[in-house]
Amino acid sequence: MAIKTTSIAQGGDGGRAVAEEKKGFRLNVFTGLIVGVLGYLFGHWMGNAIAGGYQQVVGSGQNDVAILLGFIFGTIGWFLGLGILNYPIQKMAGIEPPAEKYEYEPGVMKYFRYTLDNKVVGIQYLFGMLFYFFTAGLLAMGIRTELLSPTNHIWGPATYLEIVGEHGTMMMMMMTSVVMGPFGNYLVPLMIGSKRVAFPRLEAAAFWFTPAAYIILLSALWQGGFQSGWTGYAPLSIQQGVGQDAYLFSFALLGFSMITSSINMTATIINYRAPGMRWSRLPMIAWGMITVAFTMLLSVPILIDGLYVMGLDRSVQTAMLYAGHGGSSFLWENLFWFFGHPEVYLLALPGFGLTMEILPVFARKPLFGYRTAVAGMVGVAVLSFFVWQHHLFQSGMNPDMRPLFMLTTELISIPTGFIYLVGLGTLWRARMRFDVPMLFMLAVFFNFLFGGITGVYVSDVPVNVTVHGSYFVMAHFHYTIMGQLIFAVMGAIYYYSPLYFGIKLNEKWGKIHFWTMFVSFNSTFLPLFVLGLLGMPRRVFEYAARLQHLNQWVTISSYVLGLSLTFFVITFVWQLAVTRPKSPLNPWQSRGLEWQVGYPIPPGNFDKIPVILSGPYEYGDPNALPVADLKPVEPSAVGVSSGGEI
Amino acid sequence: MTTTESTSEFTQAEGRSHVRKIVGIWLVVAIIADYFVWFVYGPHMPPGAMTDQARGQQFDIKVISVLAIPVLLFLWTFGFYSIAKFRGGRDRPDGYYVKGNVKTQTAWYVITATLVLFLAGFGTYELIVPAGAGGGEGPSPIWTPSTPVKLVVQVIAQQWRFTYRWPQFGGMETTSINLPVNTQIQFDVTSIDVIHDFWAYQLGVKADANPDVNNVAYAKTLQLGRFTVRCDELCGIWHGAMYNYGNVVSQQQFYNWATQMQKQNATVTKLLPKFALTYTPSYTGAGGGYYPSGDPNGTTA
Ligand code: HEM
Ligand SMILES: [Cu+2]
Ligand SMILES: [Cu+2]
Repeated sequence: MAIKTTSIAQGGDGGRAVAEEKKGFRLNVFTGLIVGVLGYLFGHWMGNAIAGGYQQVVGSGQNDVAILLGFIFGTIGWFLGLGILNYPIQKMAGIEPPAEKYEYEPGVMKYFRYTLDNKVVGIQYLFGMLFYFFTAGLLAMGIRTELLSPTNHIWGPATYLEIVGEHGTMMMMMMTSVVMGPFGNYLVPLMIGSKRVAFPRLEAAAFWFTPAAYIILLSALWQGGFQSGWTGYAPLSIQQGVGQDAYLFSFALLGFSMITSSINMTATIINYRAPGMRWSRLPMIAWGMITVAFTMLLSVPILIDGLYVMGLDRSVQTAMLYAGHGGSSFLWENLFWFFGHPEVYLLALPGFGLTMEILPVFARKPLFGYRTAVAGMVGVAVLSFFVWQHHLFQSGMNPDMRPLFMLTTELISIPTGFIYLVGLGTLWRARMRFDVPMLFMLAVFFNFLFGGITGVYVSDVPVNVTVHGSYFVMAHFHYTIMGQLIFAVMGAIYYYSPLYFGIKLNEKWGKIHFWTMFVSFNSTFLPLFVLGLLGMPRRVFEYAARLQHLNQWVTISSYVLGLSLTFFVITFVWQLAVTRPKSPLNPWQSRGLEWQVGYPIPPGNFDKIPVILSGPYEYGDPNALPVADLKPVEPSAVGVSSGGEI
Repeated sequence: MTTTESTSEFTQAEGRSHVRKIVGIWLVVAIIADYFVWFVYGPHMPPGAMTDQARGQQFDIKVISVLAIPVLLFLWTFGFYSIAKFRGGRDRPDGYYVKGNVKTQTAWYVITATLVLFLAGFGTYELIVPAGAGGGEGPSPIWTPSTPVKLVVQVIAQQWRFTYRWPQFGGMETTSINLPVNTQIQFDVTSIDVIHDFWAYQLGVKADANPDVNNVAYAKTLQLGRFTVRCDELCGIWHGAMYNYGNVVSQQQFYNWATQMQKQNATVTKLLPKFALTYTPSYTGAGGGYYPSGDPNGTTA
């Protein structure tokens, strides 16, 4: 299939910072907040007016309809106040919206506005995600503090579970976007030689869903929280107070965010590749993004559907998830995990994309087995849809299907293993440079190994009987997500700071951050495998006295981990805002196209659509062509107009 | 794909010598590690050997460990060896230009696929033969014990306690649990409110307690001793406090305990709903009252 990527498709100013042509006053975060609050109040009033009789406890004001309508109108207000809806409303009203006009905007105010510049959106995402990550991380410290003692309680059981639920939900919903947001949006157009993304409005809207989801999720704490954990099993989640509405609504909002950003990502990668950017030359980050985007597009709607059903059960008192009234508590478990399992892989794939992108640069070698790497990612993405019931082995649902789900789950280890083959092959006879980003990438492989290997334990049904629902599973997935995804993201921040901000973060501080984080992470999570095997269930505020020493060890380690991350934030912000250590251009001597445009990256990325001449990882080949011709005379003259060739 | 050496710097002989060293180191550590895993730690691995099912799980953990640990060690050996040997620097040339190697890649695919398929087959065998390996098998299990079930225990979970009903002892309900040794036992696990999970750690039994569902799990007791029962599915505020202890005792002791409890509880048992596989909670859900389920399932006791 040859997709014509003519220069017309790439032209225009669509991807650039666009001012909706209003001098002086422009809509921003604050107008968004104001209109959002007004929307919430309106929705809440309306909910009480139309469904006052549906109060959970009469006279308590705990009316789920009012809360949910408040959230709905609040979010619409937020979008209106930010100006996101101007364009579609004008279009629908038949008014031609003002032409998009490029206008370079200095200063930081542009980050607090709805903007169509993919690089601004990337930065918004980067800081948003770090903010969400640190909020949830702080909650984790709260969890560990409670577990210092098996019997002395700091929070008490209700607050403890609220913290557990907030931590888990915040992490699991936000971190889905921790790579696509800051790195996918920013880098993919650069890497594939495009001046813009396909749907800048969707991309920008995707970001603006996240602060709304964040605020709404946290607002649960003022409403008594929710004690169902991030998995929200019914009927517990139906029984809970209105805090659960915040859970379901914010999770759904983030679902919409994932869908919108995936649509943009898929369309961009398929249609906006420069001439010569064949599928076989596509950078690993782009492969990570397109596999994740497909996984999101197919799985997230199921989550939203499940949450919608939960919302109905809670607000207008249907009984779809409630046993004994015609519904079934198995329904939610199925809907949730049909999304939930692909989700865990859509947390892993971007991490691998980043790792395989960065590894060759510091190994000074080509990526070993490019096709194997792609097959690994595609294989994981596809298989991830066929394994969800491994979370339900002991649930009593479909027990005869257990051998099948055991098989499919274990099969996933094969494509996952491909990625290790690629990693090992790339290190083989390399000339490794141990800069900070490389340390993080090596740690990704080290950490994920524990996650992957324990995955084989949890997927063996007899072993699963012992470990299901215990700290063993908790350690398993923290190794895969924190140990893999977050380490990859940290490495990528060090790696891309020169490109994003023109600064090179201090090596020594970076190494201090790396080593403290690496050691304390392992020291926090390795003992959790043991705790699980010794019989400690998850999400408990009380545990056997004989497990106290291990738990204290873990808690202390987690404090060190927290300090290490705090150290990162302080040094990062300090260097970014105060010292700004200037970076040379392309300090890592990367071949990546994204590094060839110079700093600051010109607004449209490229003056002319580049012509891609060779793959991005040709290190060690003295005869390799440069990755692209940035000043092609006339694309068609070079005879590579068929950029999308497979 | 390039398989030949591109520069004289990277000779085949040198490559082979690296391989030999890596494999040599790996073999030594892997054999030592496996010895320790199987013979030293193996017998103490969780969840112990109090039942047939627990013993099976322990065996599975051992088998997976002796397979997984060499894999882990191979990657470690390779990784640390590379970090030690394959170093470069700003002033040094780039690494070995190689983009693939058919033999290595094929070997990798074949080995990982074999391991994985073996594990899936092994896991299936270990699931079916010991009658579901102690896990919840839903209302109509197809993998049942080879010897007849001697004792049925119904576990009723509710926020936030477990109670046990004994159909062979007049349908009495107790708050504690004792089990006879050397006995094939069937657990019927259900809930009268939200989802809980009956986890008897040392027995190797784990089954979700779902409202309106009878989740069956089997275990054959082999050793005397105390076991822990914990709720293993988040069920609300006091989930963390939802645990108690039970004992595996001699058959005579068990019989004495059960008949005595039956006598002692007779007045209460009369007030209970008839024994059924599932129950519906009382209208308010408060106070733990429950009724026979309106569900057709519930009347087949
Ligand atoms: C070799 C690959 C893997 C296998 C075979 C595997 C297998 C499993 C199985 C069987 C469970 C269910 C355990 C239980 O609750 O009884 C599980 C739980 C989980 N896994 Fe994995 N896994 C793998 C990789 C991953 C990756 C890459 C991630 C995420 C990046 C991940 C995240 C999770 C999470 C979040 C849970 C638990 C969710 C919860 O209960 O809250 N796993 N895994
Ligand atoms: Cu899963
Ligand atoms: Cu519980």
